[in-house]
Amino acid sequence: MGLVLNEDEKMLAETAEGFFADKAPAKQLRKLRDDRDETGYDKGLWQEMADMGFAGILIDEDHGGVNMGYMAAGLVAEQMGKNLTASPFLSTAILAATALNQAGSAEQKTAWLPKIAAGQAVMSFALEEGVKHNPAATNMSAERSGNGFKLNGQKGMVIDGHVADQMIVVTRTSGQAGDMDGLTLFLVDPKTKGIDIERTQMVDSRNAARIEFDDVEVNADAVLGEVDNGGDVLKAVLNAGRAAVAAELLGTGGEAFRQTTDYIRERKQFGTEVGSFQALQHRSAHLYSEMEIARSAVLAALTALDMDVKGAELPVAMTKAKLGQVAKLAGLEGVQMHGGVGMTDEYDIGLYLKRIRVAQELFGDSNYQMDAIARMKGY
Amino acid sequence: MSDLDQFRQDTRAWLAENCPKEMRKPVKGFEDACWGGRNPEYSCPEQKLWMDRMASRGWTVPTWPKEYGGGGLTKAEAKILKSEMRRISARNPLSSFGIWMLGPALLKFGNEEQKLEHLPPIARGEIRWCQGYSEPGAGSDLAALATKCEDKGDHFLVNGQKVWTSYADKADWIFCLVRTDFEATKHTGISFVLFDMETPGVEAKPIKLISGRSPFCETFFEDVKVRKDNLVGELNKGWTIAKYLLTHEREMIGGMSEEMRPISEITAASIGLVDDKLADPMLRAKVAETEVDEWAYMMTLTRKLAEAKAGASLGADSSMLKYYGTELNKRRYELMMDAAGHDGLEWEGERSKDGDLARMWLRTKGNSIEGGTSEVQLNIISKHILRLPGA
Repeated sequence: MGLVLNEDEKMLAETAEGFFADKAPAKQLRKLRDDRDETGYDKGLWQEMADMGFAGILIDEDHGGVNMGYMAAGLVAEQMGKNLTASPFLSTAILAATALNQAGSAEQKTAWLPKIAAGQAVMSFALEEGVKHNPAATNMSAERSGNGFKLNGQKGMVIDGHVADQMIVVTRTSGQAGDMDGLTLFLVDPKTKGIDIERTQMVDSRNAARIEFDDVEVNADAVLGEVDNGGDVLKAVLNAGRAAVAAELLGTGGEAFRQTTDYIRERKQFGTEVGSFQALQHRSAHLYSEMEIARSAVLAALTALDMDVKGAELPVAMTKAKLGQVAKLAGLEGVQMHGGVGMTDEYDIGLYLKRIRVAQELFGDSNYQMDAIARMKGY
Repeated sequence: MSDLDQFRQDTRAWLAENCPKEMRKPVKGFEDACWGGRNPEYSCPEQKLWMDRMASRGWTVPTWPKEYGGGGLTKAEAKILKSEMRRISARNPLSSFGIWMLGPALLKFGNEEQKLEHLPPIARGEIRWCQGYSEPGAGSDLAALATKCEDKGDHFLVNGQKVWTSYADKADWIFCLVRTDFEATKHTGISFVLFDMETPGVEAKPIKLISGRSPFCETFFEDVKVRKDNLVGELNKGWTIAKYLLTHEREMIGGMSEEMRPISEITAASIGLVDDKLADPMLRAKVAETEVDEWAYMMTLTRKLAEAKAGASLGADSSMLKYYGTELNKRRYELMMDAAGHDGLEWEGERSKDGDLARMWLRTKGNSIEGGTSEVQLNIISKHILRLPGA
């Protein structure tokens, strides 16, 4: 089992660690935020990530990628989480690449995968409609019209939705809200008539959008996969997305924890380092234990994904559930143990708390995953 | 066919022929296990038969060297033996602190005479050992132990008291931490000695626990004469052995949750399902949460053991595993009690097997106390892993 990294994986993790610490540390996110940057990410950085092979990490060599798989993608995501790196990695290199790999026609793959790998296209994945993640409740309609389809409805929490060159939209073509059957995925140009995109400024200063579709016409060849059978593709995309976010949370939570232990080792009150107090030591040691348990879960989920993207649902759900809880604890304890400065914008710990809050919500929070696990196991 | 395939085939055939069918049912708790010793208590004749047959091949201690009564198996062969035993649900032929604790310590720290004298009787289940560590004034702070051991020329003289000695009333010999230097700092004046529980001056009194059972004793030593060649390792260097064994013990206690029945199955069997969901939605949420943690914990055991095999020392992470594993086991039993409801509260009678669940539930409360409390494990993590000041 891939619970211990091999030499190649260790090397990749070290390379990614150096790269993101150097090129995209937390202060870069601060700058994007404070400059009110219109794109919300650094295009130069994304290009460099593509040059490193990160954008094409799930794309095969024939389409210009490096085809290193989900374990590798997770190791990169962990380092991005550690540095709060803002980039289209999740939306484009993970979600879109997985969707295209799983369901794309030869033409669709040729049209988009090389562009993704080269850093020339950003893609978004438009799924969510309600306040909570609930893929089966997808209600946005796609009705046959002429040679193609007419799309109506609204999407929210579309990561990188306002900067995407192309989006993948999950719609309902048959059945009713609550069914995973009857879903269809479309590749849609965001500039198509009838699409209204509103960038939503989020708590973590990262990119998301609300998108409205009003009689948006697309051709039949815009269908990604089969009509009515998008559920399976969606499951694969969600497995990949949940595992990548869990890996990111491992990095974010781990770094929040590291900064916190560093801080309590130095900060003095009552004439001594606050880290010498058992009240903080025991909570830190508990968190250390939880982080170690969480790391094993992430490695197991990534291993399972590399074996079978569609079949990895259970380990991935367990991992997303666990990481949501553990990273949250790391963020909360981080701010509390920093004391007053933890409440200031000057210290990074608050940025970590905010990113963790968003990432724990993405693709189903811990409650959602726990419920799904119970269903999968028949109770 | 490779050597390992051949070994598997031979092992399977031998087990099929030699494992009595009574020994292919799960053990019902510690007391139902086969412990051997001078005054053995077998629940049925097959228990002894199974132990003797396995011992004749050295398979009560498969990886120990043959000259010490072991099977001399490689790790790969031992793994095959284990999986073949599991395949037919064969019981562990012999449970013993000699196998789990003293054996590894003697193999590492004992001299040749000590190994030859003590290891084969352990392997054959002839001598049952107990561990004399904790004292009334030395629990979590084990190194504060004060049982006195004086050099009387041709023998040692031991005076003092131990507590929480597992099955001391049933054990034949004890491995014991004693203080041999009262002037030295507390970790440096400790020695590791062995002696027979029938030696005059030794007395063991069972302690009745909240579970109503008595797996532990208070053990008293009054002018107990100990042969000098029963000192293991060097005089005053016993703490090294103690630490080695504690690490071992922590892994053992923490790792007990291996291969358990899913908690969802147990709770569903008790309270049932409504619309394919556990009848109590709040309990359902807790069960799912516990199953996630149990899975992730198992992955962590696998990962840490693989890392240790690859050369990285487990070190203070054994404290993390002990802490997490025991707390998890307590949660598991809380859920089982929640699900068992009124039935789980029965203390006597056939229906509840004399309150088996309630007694097990109570017993698990000790998991996070014995072998170093959870709080001590957290101290160790703070000091040795997080390097927090003053820890």
